[in-house]
Amino acid sequence: MYGRLRPYGPHIAPVRSLVEGGHGTLRRMPQPFSSPPPIVADAVNKTFRVPEERTHTLKERALHPTRRTRHQSFQALNDVSFDVRQGEFFGIAGRNGSGKSTLLKCLAGIYGVDSGRIWMKGRLSPFIELGVGFNQDLAARDNVVLNGIMMGLSPREARARYDAVIDFAELREFEKLKLKNYSSGMHVRLAFSVAIQVDADILLVDEVLAVGDASFQQKCFDVFNRMRDDGRTIVFVTHDMGSLNRFCHRALLLERGSVVHLGEPHEVADRYLEINFGRDPEAAGGKAASRAGDGEARILEAWVEDQQGERQASLPQGQRITLKALVRFMVEVEDPVASLYVLNEEHVAIVVATSARESERSGRFDAGEEALFSFSFENVLAPGRYSPLFTLAHRGTGLDLMDRFEGGFSFVVTGVEAMGGLIDLPVDVSVARGPASVSREVRA
Amino acid sequence: MSSQALPYEGLGRPIRGPRALTDDWSRFWHLTYNIARNEFKLKFFGSVLGYLWQLMRPLLLFGVLYVFFVLVFKVDKGKGAAGHYYGVQLLGSIVLFTFFAEATAGAVRSVVDRENLVRKIQFPRMVIPLSIVLLAMFNLGLNLIVVMIFALISGVTPMLSWLELPLIVAMLTLFATGVAMLLSALFVNFRDIQPIWDVFSQIMFYSSPVIIPVETVHEKLLHGALHHLLYHIYMLNPLAVVFQQFRHAMVNHATLSAGQAIGSWTAVLEPLALVLAVFALGFWVFNRTAPMVAENL
Repeated sequence: MYGRLRPYGPHIAPVRSLVEGGHGTLRRMPQPFSSPPPIVADAVNKTFRVPEERTHTLKERALHPTRRTRHQSFQALNDVSFDVRQGEFFGIAGRNGSGKSTLLKCLAGIYGVDSGRIWMKGRLSPFIELGVGFNQDLAARDNVVLNGIMMGLSPREARARYDAVIDFAELREFEKLKLKNYSSGMHVRLAFSVAIQVDADILLVDEVLAVGDASFQQKCFDVFNRMRDDGRTIVFVTHDMGSLNRFCHRALLLERGSVVHLGEPHEVADRYLEINFGRDPEAAGGKAASRAGDGEARILEAWVEDQQGERQASLPQGQRITLKALVRFMVEVEDPVASLYVLNEEHVAIVVATSARESERSGRFDAGEEALFSFSFENVLAPGRYSPLFTLAHRGTGLDLMDRFEGGFSFVVTGVEAMGGLIDLPVDVSVARGPASVSREVRA
Repeated sequence: MSSQALPYEGLGRPIRGPRALTDDWSRFWHLTYNIARNEFKLKFFGSVLGYLWQLMRPLLLFGVLYVFFVLVFKVDKGKGAAGHYYGVQLLGSIVLFTFFAEATAGAVRSVVDRENLVRKIQFPRMVIPLSIVLLAMFNLGLNLIVVMIFALISGVTPMLSWLELPLIVAMLTLFATGVAMLLSALFVNFRDIQPIWDVFSQIMFYSSPVIIPVETVHEKLLHGALHHLLYHIYMLNPLAVVFQQFRHAMVNHATLSAGQAIGSWTAVLEPLALVLAVFALGFWVFNRTAPMVAENL
């Protein structure tokens, strides 16, 4: 049934192919070097014909039989070529109306292309948006089964996975409810859970990371990372440069239907900001991500790790957290000074640290060399969202900036014992009843 | 542009855009079945009385027509044996017509109403009108059980010719499917298809042997070239053939069979050819519309 589209990548085979025997062994064979990538787009063009005056009825046709409807052509995709490698997390960025969703729909086979060719190898999860086709008047089970079938499962498989779907979505106690009684968050959770249960080899994802609360977002990220490690290929459309930077191996920037840039996510993010806010990156105003400085060094990437050294988007209070910035020097630089500002949602700097204080001299770096700056501290931040700001300056006051990296990502601190302060330091509180009493300690 | 050599070998065939059909027939069937099943479930369990409401429409229509045409105008009298079990004949024809009307009227808006699916998910587009026809078939199955119970209560004895029922239903379904494909595709570009079809459907109801038996029409149009032509057109209607054969085979052997009503069994090939032509036309039009439907909605 799915044989025609089976890929032969090196990833761990999903359960079904193990059952099928022969396929399972085939799939675990190492990928031949010359094996073509799972997604190849070659000179894809797509034009929409928009009639200036739409004739919607037979009557209009009958009344004006000779009138030709004039059409306006709108070229949504212009000579787009790229490929996505096996196991790659590939981002498609662009402004509204730049053609990124059209491109995704062409990849998914929802739109036909006018010219050019697209090859997709492997089972495709044909969802562009989550929860499409959900019927509000039915309970979870019917919707999960139908959605599973839409994505290519057999009814038997879809029913067998129902429990896993419901458990992942954490909706067990609401499974009897009709979908119209679900909150929007529950809706999204259910839809996402179905979508990841269909073990597709290629996932096409349109802006799903924008939804859900912090903990569910984290769950989504974990799933995507796991899928990527399994060798699934993920194509991800976004205009959030933060998630682009964090997740994608490579990215494509579309502008008016043409490929403007194809390469490293941070390059794409820079180009995107240039296009969006003009040549001067300062004009970004620190909103999405902003750069400043003379550019003699670049902060390529920044992220936050938990106690175990795993990259995280949400961290529990009380554990050790580490913020890291990867820096590349464009020219020879001596004793650069990196500083970290952790800003809360009101843009108040809660934690400020600098590498100058720790070690007087950080050393000499050659042009092209990379360095990793780490800032580690006990997480006493109050629960909430924080965005780190890194600066990299020449030796001295720390004000002579080479690069400033802001708003590239944010992280969430979770905790249940928030007292309302900006930070939650462990405070020993005691009550004493006269000099002879025994003090009782309460940890806040 | 695309003529330049790609740096890869063994890419195989490029993907094709959206289509009406698919290579994966089991997914096609599962989708059709499950969409129809969910809709049926909604109607069945959606309200307290559920299926009763589904049955209510043909039954009420039957009640009204029965009172007028049997009790007041006595159309079943003077037909001899052919007039026996007129009530069952009437109800059977109404149920068959209800199926046709449900399948076609439901299909008109179906593709446009599922815009959400069509624009967001890749799936064979033909699933949509077919699931509407399948849903109507579920209802037809239940309604026919009611008809047969009514027939047995009225005194119709079981006959070997009851085995013809699948053939009769098959011809009707083929016709309904053809019309459903045609209408759902045309509606994408011509939104006045809906009122037009509403009227046309009414015309078909009254121009088919639902109320007035073929025998009566046959008598009235027996003489004259013009009458012959009219009668010929009347019997060209596939619904006429289906309803008449249902009466003959399922209810009362004294009524004319479809072959007798037309003149000969070879002449039945004409309405049959019409069914196939409508099916082919509907399929062709839908197939042409399907690749662009996501953009034209």
